[in-house]
Amino acid sequence: MNSAVLSRWLLTGEWRAHWLQVSVALIAIAIGVAMAFSIHLINTAAFNEFSAASKSLSGQSDLQVRGRKAFFDEALYPVLVKHDGVAVANPVLEFDVVIPGKEQNRNDHKLKIIGTDMFRAIQISPDLLGLTAEGKTLDRLADDAIFLSPAAMEWLQVQQGDALQLYAGLQTITLRVAGGLVRARAGQRIAVMDIGAAQWRFQHLGVLSRIELKLRDGVNHAAFKAKLTEELGDAYWVTEIVDQEKRIANMSRAYRINLNMLALVALFTGTFLVFSTQALSVIRRRRQFALLRVLGFTRRQLLRQIVTEGGILGVAGSLLGVALGYAVAVLAIRLLGGDLGTNFFPGVKPGIHFDLWDAVLFFTVGLAVTLLGSLIPALEAARAKPAVALRSGSEDTAMAKLSTPWFALICLSVAAIFTQLPPVFELPIFGYLAIVLLLIGGIALMPRLTAGFFSVLSNQWQQRRSGVVSTLVLARLANAPNQAAIALGGILASFSLMVAMAIMVTSFRISIDHWLGRVLPADLYVRAAASGDLQADAQQAIAGLPGFDRVDFFRTQQLTLDVNRPEITLFARPVDQADPRNTLPLTDDMIAPGVLPENAMPVWVSEAMVDLYGYRVGDKVTLPIGATASEFLVAGVWRDYGRQFGAIQMQLADYQALTGDLGINTVALWVQPGVSIDVAIAGLRQLPFGGALEISRSSDMRALSLEIFDRSFAVTYLLELIAVVIGLLGVAASFSAQTLARIKEFGMLRHIGVMRQQILAMLAAEGGLLTALGMVLGFVLGWSISLILVFIVNPQSFHWTMELHLPWNWLAMIAVIMLVAAALTALLAGRRAVSGEVVRAVKEDW
Amino acid sequence: MLELIDVNKAYAGGRRVLAGLSYTLNAGEYVAVMGESGVGKSTLLNLIAGLDAPDSGEILINGVAISSLDDDAATQLRREQFGFVFQAFHVLPHLTLAQNIALPLLLNGKTTERVQQMLEQVGLQGRGDHFPRQLSGGELQRVAIARALVHRPKLVLADEPTGNLDPDTAHEILQLMRAEIKANGAMGILVTHSHSAAATADRVLNLTKDGLHPVKSGDNA
Repeated sequence: MNSAVLSRWLLTGEWRAHWLQVSVALIAIAIGVAMAFSIHLINTAAFNEFSAASKSLSGQSDLQVRGRKAFFDEALYPVLVKHDGVAVANPVLEFDVVIPGKEQNRNDHKLKIIGTDMFRAIQISPDLLGLTAEGKTLDRLADDAIFLSPAAMEWLQVQQGDALQLYAGLQTITLRVAGGLVRARAGQRIAVMDIGAAQWRFQHLGVLSRIELKLRDGVNHAAFKAKLTEELGDAYWVTEIVDQEKRIANMSRAYRINLNMLALVALFTGTFLVFSTQALSVIRRRRQFALLRVLGFTRRQLLRQIVTEGGILGVAGSLLGVALGYAVAVLAIRLLGGDLGTNFFPGVKPGIHFDLWDAVLFFTVGLAVTLLGSLIPALEAARAKPAVALRSGSEDTAMAKLSTPWFALICLSVAAIFTQLPPVFELPIFGYLAIVLLLIGGIALMPRLTAGFFSVLSNQWQQRRSGVVSTLVLARLANAPNQAAIALGGILASFSLMVAMAIMVTSFRISIDHWLGRVLPADLYVRAAASGDLQADAQQAIAGLPGFDRVDFFRTQQLTLDVNRPEITLFARPVDQADPRNTLPLTDDMIAPGVLPENAMPVWVSEAMVDLYGYRVGDKVTLPIGATASEFLVAGVWRDYGRQFGAIQMQLADYQALTGDLGINTVALWVQPGVSIDVAIAGLRQLPFGGALEISRSSDMRALSLEIFDRSFAVTYLLELIAVVIGLLGVAASFSAQTLARIKEFGMLRHIGVMRQQILAMLAAEGGLLTALGMVLGFVLGWSISLILVFIVNPQSFHWTMELHLPWNWLAMIAVIMLVAAALTALLAGRRAVSGEVVRAVKEDW
Repeated sequence: MLELIDVNKAYAGGRRVLAGLSYTLNAGEYVAVMGESGVGKSTLLNLIAGLDAPDSGEILINGVAISSLDDDAATQLRREQFGFVFQAFHVLPHLTLAQNIALPLLLNGKTTERVQQMLEQVGLQGRGDHFPRQLSGGELQRVAIARALVHRPKLVLADEPTGNLDPDTAHEILQLMRAEIKANGAMGILVTHSHSAAATADRVLNLTKDGLHPVKSGDNA
């Protein structure tokens, strides 16, 4: 007989008979691939769009010159214009302003304004030219004209000719919407003005953000860049577009990779489900395969048969997954935006692009993991000795190799070693590998643990006078551990991952809550509208207001320390020199209060500075603060959940002495006891410049931060929920398959007088006990994984540490829900066990 | 006493299996039932065991109509008064031999002391801790017989109990089963295709479309 025909018969027969199990495995692999593919598509689209939008602002320049601080003296411009090799130099002033009426939405309240010189911009960034009304070309140079991108117009609800109010320092100014832009990307909210007008109206006289250079033909870019870098010295960066791409990639890399890893978790659970389905199917068909072997089926044919089954599942599931993933990505972008609601890529409206090679890659990953999931059961079936496999009861010895603990112990040991390894390319690669190995090791240890636990329980139970149901349940769990463990694997994988994520998210949330309490100790925080500072007279006016116990002034600004990395934030503020812990959320890594050298200028750096820039407590570091770079002493490390790219705190007095800059941009105010906060706010509003102040209550800022946190993790919860649903589907499929495999057992039991409800009780007890053990083991495994997430993955990805907190109530609730769900699932799956057909099942030749 | 009174049974497709079947089996009697494949031998056993219900007619066990019992009551009756021996043994693979034999005792809430005695009676003394996978087919059927009789049932139903065994083992098993049924004073019904197996019973009956008919000695029914 043609072996292909036989193979087809076997395949269709099996799938027709067990369509539920096959469908569940198919859905699981499809969901896994869909999750991974959709998140990849969304991330890629958002990142590409964000990157393109950022690059579009730089136009077609060859090089860009930037200061280490946000702004630098425009005196550099004429120097560069005259420089050999420079064809065009385009000065740019770029800053964000707050829109009156939109202050409350702290996440989405700023408009980017770009000041350009029309005559230069036309040669380097023509897209940024304003589109004027007919006959009003000179609007491009007018000091009251502003040009808005379509997205900005829509956001601000204005049209050409309308007036637009903006905050400029402590004043409100009114500009005229003179028109649109030649070109802007979808969702890109930008405004363009004449550079002179922007400097004047927004109090940035004499400064620039960058100068874009177009080099003469024939000039060697690399050589010119090196030469210019040397000429300009440490105060400036000379960068190319490629540097900017790297910088943008660095900004979101950890976020993107972590989300991808979460998506892979869903795929991993799906893979395990395929393994579980195939393994149980192979156990169930053990005698059938033995018969085929007796009839002349070779080991190789058998192996091929089972792997082919897995392969077809993989092809169908992965194809479905790729299609589903694309649809989910399109829908998610439409509903949640490119950053899935996390605001990681603000103002970006990407479109999903179907890339064939990406689709092929994810299809291949799906197929590969499915084949992998089929391989162990296939090898087991092919290796089984037909004479042994034909015997009744041989099913219990199937997959016996799974109970050898060595593989599991090796996985767990390697995982332990991986937890000690440093990040690779600033990513916690070994941390993730340790999690995968921990999961595989934990699941592989299940048969041994199941057998051990239930044997002890069974022996102790027998010593008492026990009922038939308990005897049957415990004997089966103790003596058929491989099948029990396989059924349990899906639930173990999903529950442990859920526990791990819950512990990590709770730890993170509580740590952030504590941290917010430390970094927002005042009652009110006041900022000048984004583009302006509060000068001495305004500071005096605020400090002189009644009703406040204490008023602290802060100066914050951005510094670039490495051209390939995003900017860091510098905070200059009064720090309690006697004990900085009173001011900053310091870790234990600090120079003890009182032992600082007298002449040293201390800085306290965030954990990210330690990881990214190698700063250590006691180091002397040079920072570009003031006219020339100055030396500072790293006096301590503080925890910062607000800025993953680094931040430095220093004494305000030191900053003012070095820079002569007496302006500040944030004020912290402590309201006197007995004074209502509303009254205090009213007092601030009554100041002459009160309308231009952003006033925030620390309680609102705290609530908003936690709201943003919760929104950021909404996608995580969704992915975890999917993993759990897949796990429960796996339990349903496993129990259903096992009920079918044990139908003769139930038939015999019904014959000898076991009641229907006793059989149902038996199934519920088996399901419940197995799930309970899975919960306990899943908790231990999940807790171990959470340690890796909290103490390795987070510090290595985002450069912050946190304290461990366990959400006991939540975990208990989920455990109970899953326990009940699994017992019900077992019961539902087992309803065939009490149907009429079990009676007939005892008849061998029926 | 087991009484079958005008029992009729047809299947969903309309195929009539048993028609007007009547018979009485007295206490201590051991009969063999033979017949062509598909004539309804296993159906008859299922009806007697209360696992299936006749379309009409009555089956009385010691005067109790089994079809009048609900599922729980029928199960209780089976548990206390019936013993079963199957062609495929149906010994639970994850229970030891002793545990398998003890099942009816546990179900009836009795102590399990008799298990060792049964093991000895069926020639498996000292092997109570073994698992079924360590036994041959003949040994497995011995376990099944011990399980069928351990709780001293009133009626033992055996459906092709030697169908999977070689002639020597089959003979040995049938002798053992007969001895055990007689020792327990139970009624026994042995369904078989084998004349030699049937010959171990007190009487041999032939099941046909017309009912149960005694087979005279020397018949080849």
